[in-house]
Amino acid sequence: MIQLKVNGVQRSFDGEPDMPLLWYLRDLLALTGTKFGCGMALCGACTVHQNGKAIRSCITTMQRAAGSEIRTIEDLSSNGLHPVQKSWMEVNVPQCGYCQSGQIMQAASLLKEKQKPTDEDIDDVMSGNICRCGTYQRIRAAIKAAAGERA
Amino acid sequence: MNNITNVSRRGFLQGVLSTGAFVLSVRLVPEVLWAADAPSGSRADQSALHPSVYLGVDNDGTVYIVAHRSEMGTTSRTSLPLVLAEELDADWSRVRVQQAIGDPRYGSQDTDGSHSIRDFYQPMREAGASARLMLVRAAAQQWGVPEAECVTEPHLVVHKATGKKAGFGELAAAAAQLPVPKKDELKFKPPSAWRYVGKGHGSYDLEDICTGKAKFGMDARIDGMVYASIEHPPVLGAKVKSFDDKAPLQVKGVSQTIVIDTFTPPHHFQPLGGIAVIADNTWSAMKGRKRLKAVWDNGPHAVYNSAEFKKELQATARKPGKAARNQGDVDAVFVQGGKVIEAEYYTPHLAHASMEPPVALADYRDGKVEVWASTQNPQAVQETLAQKLGIPKEAVTCHVPLLGGGFGRKSKPDYCAEAAILSKKVGRPVKVVWSREDDIRFDYYHTVSAMYMKAALGADGLPTAWLQRSVFPSIGSTFDVNGTAAGAGELQQGWTDLPFNVPNLRAENSGAAAHVRIGWLRSVANIYHAFAAQSFADECAHAAGRDSLEYLLALVGPARIIDVKKSAPDYPNYGGSLEDYPIDTARYRHVIELAAEKSGWGKQKLGKGQGMGIAVHRSFLTYVATVVQVEVSDQGELRIPRVDTAVDAGLVINPEATRNQFEGAAVFGTSLARFGEITATNGVVDQSNFDTYPVSRMNEAPYQTNVYIVQSSAPPAGVGEPGVPPFAPALCNAIFAATGKRVRELPLSRIKLA
Repeated sequence: MIQLKVNGVQRSFDGEPDMPLLWYLRDLLALTGTKFGCGMALCGACTVHQNGKAIRSCITTMQRAAGSEIRTIEDLSSNGLHPVQKSWMEVNVPQCGYCQSGQIMQAASLLKEKQKPTDEDIDDVMSGNICRCGTYQRIRAAIKAAAGERA
Repeated sequence: MNNITNVSRRGFLQGVLSTGAFVLSVRLVPEVLWAADAPSGSRADQSALHPSVYLGVDNDGTVYIVAHRSEMGTTSRTSLPLVLAEELDADWSRVRVQQAIGDPRYGSQDTDGSHSIRDFYQPMREAGASARLMLVRAAAQQWGVPEAECVTEPHLVVHKATGKKAGFGELAAAAAQLPVPKKDELKFKPPSAWRYVGKGHGSYDLEDICTGKAKFGMDARIDGMVYASIEHPPVLGAKVKSFDDKAPLQVKGVSQTIVIDTFTPPHHFQPLGGIAVIADNTWSAMKGRKRLKAVWDNGPHAVYNSAEFKKELQATARKPGKAARNQGDVDAVFVQGGKVIEAEYYTPHLAHASMEPPVALADYRDGKVEVWASTQNPQAVQETLAQKLGIPKEAVTCHVPLLGGGFGRKSKPDYCAEAAILSKKVGRPVKVVWSREDDIRFDYYHTVSAMYMKAALGADGLPTAWLQRSVFPSIGSTFDVNGTAAGAGELQQGWTDLPFNVPNLRAENSGAAAHVRIGWLRSVANIYHAFAAQSFADECAHAAGRDSLEYLLALVGPARIIDVKKSAPDYPNYGGSLEDYPIDTARYRHVIELAAEKSGWGKQKLGKGQGMGIAVHRSFLTYVATVVQVEVSDQGELRIPRVDTAVDAGLVINPEATRNQFEGAAVFGTSLARFGEITATNGVVDQSNFDTYPVSRMNEAPYQTNVYIVQSSAPPAGVGEPGVPPFAPALCNAIFAATGKRVRELPLSRIKLA
């Protein structure tokens, strides 16, 4: 029996321990804000926080998620919108929107570690998250806006 | 235990997919209001496009506007309702957008070809203006004042002289009793009174997207559903010889395997065939499928090898083809000799690779099927499923959640048919989830193409003759086993519509066999045609020793309307009339000059390894010029610090969304130019995920793309696709300026720039 916390709720799981966290979240808990994009940690659409750090849930097995605290886009902020979500809306980042949960989770994690990220910091951390619609310029602007320096 | 949270069917529908709202909008729209506007024999053609089932006004003042086109990121689900809200004079904060199911009464719902706004701007205006006029008439009757003295303010009818006011909700029931205004009675707002059109609005779904609440096709769930992962035939048309499913069936959660028959050619939108693994969650289905052992009879397309095929295409391009446009006599000029230059270009197959792979959920029961699908074309879902299941298309209900990208892939509902076939066989709702590998290996690919270009340059360096030949497997092959010849729809895209002022000009094409499924991809044939024509224009400029910008303007020539039908009688102009949408070189010139001026063309001192390139292209009736600036390091590393794009799309409804489309097009163009390549070996596609089919990441994309929208009152044209075609040639022209290396084949990843 695998125990873990998801968005503050204690959960137990007795399925296949090699099931990626992504499918547990999506299919079993119906937390569909976290997206499937590649299954190989190549695109970042499945990004969630494990103990506060951004991880790729598509390659994180339930075994490796055991005992940890998982946070998904649905619970990024417990009171209203997270600053990253606000700046995402101000800058009108999304086009189709499918990758944006992962982008937002990754950006929130970046800003937690670096309050004023440089362009290079942003490139380093965000280049693991693909946006096929090509909203990178707005993602960069939104991260800077959330960091308090208007782009 | 597996604690499966049930999201009830009812909850899902009401919360997300709005069949309830659809019914609501019909109920709330007073029957009589729209009865006269329903399709009828006398107005059938017109009514098919604007059946006016787009709007409902509730007694509480809520305005329901139906979005009948698929939302895949272009924001048409917001922009079209905004047009209606404008003419209704509705308060946008009181508008609820409801997504339509597939139904011909909305007119075309095939969301491709960049024509949502172009085709539905006017019907939306009429629907809004009709309702506004009826609300005004209802108020005037109630107050006993002349209709002409009543005006609207957002969500209100006002009679200024008496100070009387009434909300739309209060008036809805009375308005419903009135006859529908005739079209010639409608008055549209003057542009000066517009609150939304031309100003735009953020996506209706913005907050839901940013909070993970938005529901995409991938997120569809209903009670009792199971999941399927399908092992598709490795080669197009291959059939299952035998398979062993012992190992898959041992995977926890896997319940059964089902064979889906390989299609009978032409493949059209039919499923490819294969072996489906059914399980109670996506992961188990995928895991089971990996353990499947299948033996295939690969069939005739196993001969497809990209390296050899490329040589065949190039050989064909060197030989005369069929003239799709011919003016003057190019051969007579070429035999005179003089300065003649030739060049060959090549672009490979591309995959769409939308972030959400193809996905569909279907529930078949009692001769009916309900589908929730990421589809650009819900009516094609109805038609395809009806055919495959042998039921009437009215028995197919297709819901359209948000699409996680489409780019043309999701116009083809093969995966929706898979879900429906499986649901019928399993006896439960089945959700088919394509893996990324499925998506890249079994796409309807953008075609592979070879181009041959030849020009004779006069004393001033400008061409006196211009010959261009393209060769590519046609999209027609998807619908016709003998469909090797390119269609007029493909040839119009940057080939027969060439705007250059050259007296002798011929555009030729030769057919080629297709060995994979060929389909539309964002801007389609414009990609390779613009790459060849705009790169070759730059080659001519260089040969003439002239500045690329100045030469391009000279090549486009003086402001004039090009009478393309004279030399290309089949030219379809994207379905738009040449009166409304002429080929206007003044508009070409304007976007070239605007992009060049904003980019600082010729005014900046560029350092070593830096360069600027320009290209112009009209597609989907929109004119776009793009200047790309590059830096190429001594090691050959490419950076794109800046892009300047000027856009003349006629009237633009939503400028912010439009800018977003063109910023995105620069990234899409970067992806295809730098990395995009699908190849096949013995009929099997070599690429499978983002490691072997890379697309631009943030650090590879343009750093800054500036978009300049030309203010225009010309009829609206497309914005989703037209940003893509000029990008690759502008980029490669910039690389030439920076390095002296002329790029004639894509992708750049195959070329050493240092």
